[in-house]
Amino acid sequence: MDQSDKFSESGYPSRSLKKSANSPRTLFGMAMTGLTFFAAFVALLPLFLVLAYVVIRGGNRLSFALFTELPPTPMQLVGGGFGNAIQGTLIMVALGALISIPVGVLAAIYMTEFARDTKAADWIRFFTNVLSGVPSIIVGVFAYGVLVLTFKNYSALAGGFALSVLMLPIIVRATEEALKLVPLEIRQGAIGLGATNFQTVVRVVLPAAIPAIVTGTTLAIARAAGETAPLLFTALFSQFYLPVSEEGVGALNQPAASLAVLVYNFATRPYENQKELAWAASLILVLLVLTTSIIARLATARRTY
Amino acid sequence: MSIHLKNGGDTRSLTFIETVERIMNIFFIPLTQICAFAIVGILLWMTFVVGTQALPAISQFGLGFLSATNWDPVRDEFGAFPQLYGTIVSSIIALLFAVPVGLGVALFLSEDFLPPKLRVILAFLVELLAAIPSVVYGLWGLAVIVPLFKVVGNWLYSTFGWLPFFSTPPSATGLGMFPAGLVLAIMVLPTIAAISRDALISLPPDLRQAAVGLGATRWETIIQVLVPAAFSGIVGAVMLALGRALGETMAVTLLIGNSNQVNSSILTPASTVASLLANQFAEAGGLQVSALMYASLVLFALTLLVNILAELLVRRVQRI
Repeated sequence: MDQSDKFSESGYPSRSLKKSANSPRTLFGMAMTGLTFFAAFVALLPLFLVLAYVVIRGGNRLSFALFTELPPTPMQLVGGGFGNAIQGTLIMVALGALISIPVGVLAAIYMTEFARDTKAADWIRFFTNVLSGVPSIIVGVFAYGVLVLTFKNYSALAGGFALSVLMLPIIVRATEEALKLVPLEIRQGAIGLGATNFQTVVRVVLPAAIPAIVTGTTLAIARAAGETAPLLFTALFSQFYLPVSEEGVGALNQPAASLAVLVYNFATRPYENQKELAWAASLILVLLVLTTSIIARLATARRTY
Repeated sequence: MSIHLKNGGDTRSLTFIETVERIMNIFFIPLTQICAFAIVGILLWMTFVVGTQALPAISQFGLGFLSATNWDPVRDEFGAFPQLYGTIVSSIIALLFAVPVGLGVALFLSEDFLPPKLRVILAFLVELLAAIPSVVYGLWGLAVIVPLFKVVGNWLYSTFGWLPFFSTPPSATGLGMFPAGLVLAIMVLPTIAAISRDALISLPPDLRQAAVGLGATRWETIIQVLVPAAFSGIVGAVMLALGRALGETMAVTLLIGNSNQVNSSILTPASTVASLLANQFAEAGGLQVSALMYASLVLFALTLLVNILAELLVRRVQRI
């Protein structure tokens, strides 16, 4: 301290430019840096713990039979699978996508192409964010009120409807981001050549944004596949396959199994065989989300128009 | 397939695609507009459906529903106080854990402690935490957190038993408010980290340059300049996380124990509105459905309020 306290010839203190290793300011900074490193470690720890646990517990049940057989009954001590839950998940997620993708993409087109920088677009963006914050169980209650109470039965249709409401805000936001990245000059060029609004959007702007839209949609689908709460009392669960081939769309009017509800139902059962199946289904769900997230990240990482 | 149009004497045949395009030109903008307003419509529709279904219970129990503590489907008596209490307390526990860690992560990822490439990877890993399905967290919590909690809970009870929060021994099953809150914290942490980080990154660089130019150290700059400037964004992030925690269902239902009790100790089993819905909706009938709708209406209103406030706060930062 004695040296750094000396004043230079100019009369200004020279110490201000020197960093002392044990001054309170330095020590405080080091402590805070250490704390943030620790916070990052603490935050990532659960991720690795969950992944490791799911892979270990779910991995040893992985087999082909898992994807074709029906869930085991309590009496069945070995074997079984979740073919019907995969079928149900696929059907309900497809239903959700079928409803939410057209509506979401068109809504995003309105916001970026026809109402850009207006109050209307701003409000719709606001409500999109609010909708994405609605708890998924409330969306389930909504679907119950709209479809289950009307048709007086639990159905795959009600489950798909609930999933579509959950997917909608994700798709709107992903599409909006994708469309915003398309430069304005391209639209001006198209309009300048005499294209109409519709032609500009469908032939010029959308094709340019399609990869990013597909990425966002895939993420929404992966999210929806893992949703449990909205399916608990809309699609309920079923021990059997939906009879798709024979009755066609009519089969959507019946309760359907899903991977996520299977995990929930079997998680608390005392039967070891069913518990193992819950872990295996968790592994499938986590793998689905993980791979789509990584592929999406890689696909969008290097994109510049 | 072609259509002939007479256009001032000029006859031209249109192909099918051209016809579709002509029609779409007229309907396209209104169509996109309808879809955009459908988002607003869904929220209104949701409020309407849940509200009308809840009406019988609202007229029967009124506001007393919020303070009554009995939930008895056999006698048709319903009160949601224990569930509301559990919803709010479990969310507060989650925030107590998630806010310091989430803020630390946000600072860690917004400062240049690490090379940019590594930071991008870490930010992605934190986001992945949010992508893991809630029910998987619940299953994992049952296998890992609950056995751990029996040990930690016993220690908390024997050491800090004089505090009201730890005044009971943990239940035999190991389920309770505390393990549920802990897993909730893991689930809302990415929200806090990601949105606080966005708020910190979007600050104008002049702020930092000015502070460093005046001789402030890195941490003096962060604490006295950057965090206050991004404060509304950080509060918004915490509110969004609160919104998530209030409505989170599956992990909580599996871990909280679903007991219809109000207890000051967070080591005892409890219940939340979302877990009540998850447990009872599928088997409910009559007035019970209406009472469940009433409970969801309250939860809906609560999360809507929190989310709208959060959204407004986050927007304020983006306008700087």
